[in-house]
Amino acid sequence: MPLGSGVNDFVVRFANVNGTGSASANGIFAKALFRMGLPISPKNIFPSNIQGLPTWYEVRVNENAYLGRREGIDILVAVNPQSLKQDIASVKSGGYLVYDNSKKLHDSFLREDINFIGIPMMQMCMEHYSNPRQQQLFKNVVYVGALAALLDIEMEVIKGIISDQFARKPKLVPPNFEALDMGAKYAREHFDCPLDIRVERRDKIGDSIMLDGNTATALGLLYGGASVAAWYPITPSTSVAKAFEDYAKKLRVDPETGKKNVAIVQAEDELAAIGMVIGACWNGARAFTATSGAGVSLMNEFIGLAYFAEIPVTLVNVQRGGPSTGMPTRTQQADIISSAYASHGDTKHVLLFPSTPAECFEFGAKALDLADRLQTPVILMSDLDIGMNEHVSPPLKWEEGKKYDRGKVLSAQDLEEVKEFGRYLDVDGDGIPYRTYPGTHPTKGSFFTRGTSRDEYARYTEQGDAYVRNVDRLSRKFETAKSMVPSPQFYGKKNQSSYGMLFFGTTTYAALEAMDLLQGEGIGVDSMRLRAFPFNNEVEDFIHQHTYVFVVEQNRDAQMRSVLIQELGIRPEKMLSVLNYDGMPITADKIFKTVRHNLTELNPKMDAS
Amino acid sequence: MSFYKPTFSHPLLPKNEVGYRKADYEGAISTLCAGCGHDSISGSIVQACYEMNIEPHRLAKLSGIGCSSKTPTYFLSNSHGFNSVHGRMPSVATGANLANKHLIYLGVSGDGDTASIGMGQYVHAIRRNLNMTYIVMNNGCYGLTKGQDSATADFGSISKSGSKNMYQAIDLIGLALELGAGFVARSFSGDKTQLVPLIKAAMAHPGFAFIDVISPCVTFNNNAGSTKSYEFTREYMTATSKMDFVPKREEILVDYEDDSSIEVELHDGSKIRLSKPVQGWDPHDRNSAMHKLLDAKSRGEIITGLIHMDPKTQDLHNILNTSDTALNQLTEKELTPSLEALEDINQSFR
Repeated sequence: MPLGSGVNDFVVRFANVNGTGSASANGIFAKALFRMGLPISPKNIFPSNIQGLPTWYEVRVNENAYLGRREGIDILVAVNPQSLKQDIASVKSGGYLVYDNSKKLHDSFLREDINFIGIPMMQMCMEHYSNPRQQQLFKNVVYVGALAALLDIEMEVIKGIISDQFARKPKLVPPNFEALDMGAKYAREHFDCPLDIRVERRDKIGDSIMLDGNTATALGLLYGGASVAAWYPITPSTSVAKAFEDYAKKLRVDPETGKKNVAIVQAEDELAAIGMVIGACWNGARAFTATSGAGVSLMNEFIGLAYFAEIPVTLVNVQRGGPSTGMPTRTQQADIISSAYASHGDTKHVLLFPSTPAECFEFGAKALDLADRLQTPVILMSDLDIGMNEHVSPPLKWEEGKKYDRGKVLSAQDLEEVKEFGRYLDVDGDGIPYRTYPGTHPTKGSFFTRGTSRDEYARYTEQGDAYVRNVDRLSRKFETAKSMVPSPQFYGKKNQSSYGMLFFGTTTYAALEAMDLLQGEGIGVDSMRLRAFPFNNEVEDFIHQHTYVFVVEQNRDAQMRSVLIQELGIRPEKMLSVLNYDGMPITADKIFKTVRHNLTELNPKMDAS
Repeated sequence: MSFYKPTFSHPLLPKNEVGYRKADYEGAISTLCAGCGHDSISGSIVQACYEMNIEPHRLAKLSGIGCSSKTPTYFLSNSHGFNSVHGRMPSVATGANLANKHLIYLGVSGDGDTASIGMGQYVHAIRRNLNMTYIVMNNGCYGLTKGQDSATADFGSISKSGSKNMYQAIDLIGLALELGAGFVARSFSGDKTQLVPLIKAAMAHPGFAFIDVISPCVTFNNNAGSTKSYEFTREYMTATSKMDFVPKREEILVDYEDDSSIEVELHDGSKIRLSKPVQGWDPHDRNSAMHKLLDAKSRGEIITGLIHMDPKTQDLHNILNTSDTALNQLTEKELTPSLEALEDINQSFR
């Protein structure tokens, strides 16, 4: 199967050393392609380490907008001697290795089936710059310049990005330009530029933006009205809190008083972080915490309290490789069960699964609304891939004059009209009770919040019937949630095949490409992107309407498949797994091959050669 | 199960300045053991809130898990209450306080709740100078699980089963001083005369106010040899002073009869008047307070009363520079950034 090469269809990988300032140069390279109107998908592949270990940055360029990860490296920019052997081996036959030939490459590294492009990057920088830090930093800019010539990237675009980036430090612009020109000049003088793999300007991105999911999530929470944030640092969620704080500094300050309409606390641990969020939400603020799977484990007890005591809580889980410390800097979707049923006893939590930064933004705000409306924890299930990598995305949108859904909250005036307030009474039959904020009314509405069993009037009780009434109402509330959570999305015409494919979150990128690959071989499969738990009727219908449903997910134990089977009472035989759990984002090729293999087994007559 | 007292009270009973009778500050009937020190503390809280003219609904009472943490049910039934999880009351109180700075926060905890599982949250609440009153009902044992030693049980103290505690005690007062708490006091549940003004002063203090109250467990830790029994505490306690809380608006009279009294002024102008202070101790000076504490400890004495107070503290909201309007009162108008700002943000990602 052709993986693509040539114009506007290739993968470039940069092999760097962690902590040498390469991230900025690599980012400039990616942004330049984006500004040339090309859909791209950059990914950081980095170690759980601050400095010194190998780190990679991979950019897929594809003008058909296939933006999942694609295996096979067309061009490798190798500037880390530590990983050189492995880097050379990873280049596709016929591909290119751009390397620093300040020192001659040992014969044992040579491969006859790839092209070696040696540029004396370090030597050039040593001659041009006297400061050792500059020598190291500008080496990165030199290779960007060389790539500009080799791939035919418009130099003015790159220079525009550098000027934007250093708008506040204009002194840094000229030396960056010099390094850029130096690299380009060397490439032009020594190689036949451009290569057969190259870019051409297109208009394929419209008004899209390119940003990481964590920043988008933070902005969604900011626009959605979160006024209290409590968090504890953990990869890969830290940048949610960081971005929230950065934007809040600009957008949540009263211009007259200089005072902040937000409180952000770095807690002492995850337990305290969720405790603060619970306290703030109980007291009527919108609050959130952001963490990863290990943090959710620590928060379990409190999540159970919030569920049982019916306190709105918004939690962002940027999933990484588990279990335990697992692979902190690799991606997975392996917290589905532990988030859906977090804490002991009978618990169930609302989960949202965004797949683009625009959706991280939308769901960030939506989570706050749902938490308030349902008075329960809502967990935004992001992952490292969407969270920390940049993605091409529709612009962030906010409806003018949009009101927050604060749910069933009684004001002092409302309480005057209520004969007897019962905090846990199911007045409307939807399982959602009414609440009041502390301090609302002098004599009415106060209640006791507790994790122990209570009756409809919040009075502690161990009576079995009162307990059953309460937990049954919580089930009813979860049913109500089905009609409030985002519906699934369908691609193409519905019900064209007896096979369905179900995916969610970041597997979407590869799944959509895989659908086209399958279609290319005449295999029609219907597709649905799941966006929330509980599963609403459309999810159930889709599964019932197909003989077999492939569930694409990034964990070992097919967690989403298990939850679907359990919650919807589906025959396990009809649910087929497409799994990937090596910590890297799943590829279209893997989905395509797994589905084709399964279909061949199900239907031996099918020609899937 | 909670049993609620009838709310009827005699119409001629006196009301405080905000129109509430003392009965309005009571709660459900206690299910703790008869004679439990914790019930006396609940009584002192009722008395203090009544005398402080606190509107019950403007106070939020929070606790963790344990005998002590059950007590918020037994006082201020017109206040919103929150029984959180074991030891994690401080974080819930922090969040609640961040959401609305205009309520009064009263946290109640026990020695198990605070000195073991909740130690982390206790010290960090002090570190952040959360504006709350934090009362530990300290009986040195776990009552609800039938009398195991807690981390505040003194070395050598004898349990009801006759075993001797082999470990050093954690002194919550010492920790609070070390961590910079602005109001630190110790009292005894059986000494209401001392405890009520201390609670009032703690509530008037504009930052973290800690009161460690020795509160004997009549069932599991009131035996001979226990250092948290009624008998032992009465015998070995030494009050730093006799004290009285003087609210801001009350006229302050000079006490002619006692020329050794000193007044400790709070942020809002209220005062604690201490009579006959122990020699060589300045409640404003943290070092002096620490010295006094260690000195008493070395002599096997339990000092009670106000130990340290710093009226010039910056509470968490000051540190974070939050708006004067409570965060939970802010609306879309203040919270949603503009559409223009969003367009600028979109543009920055192109």
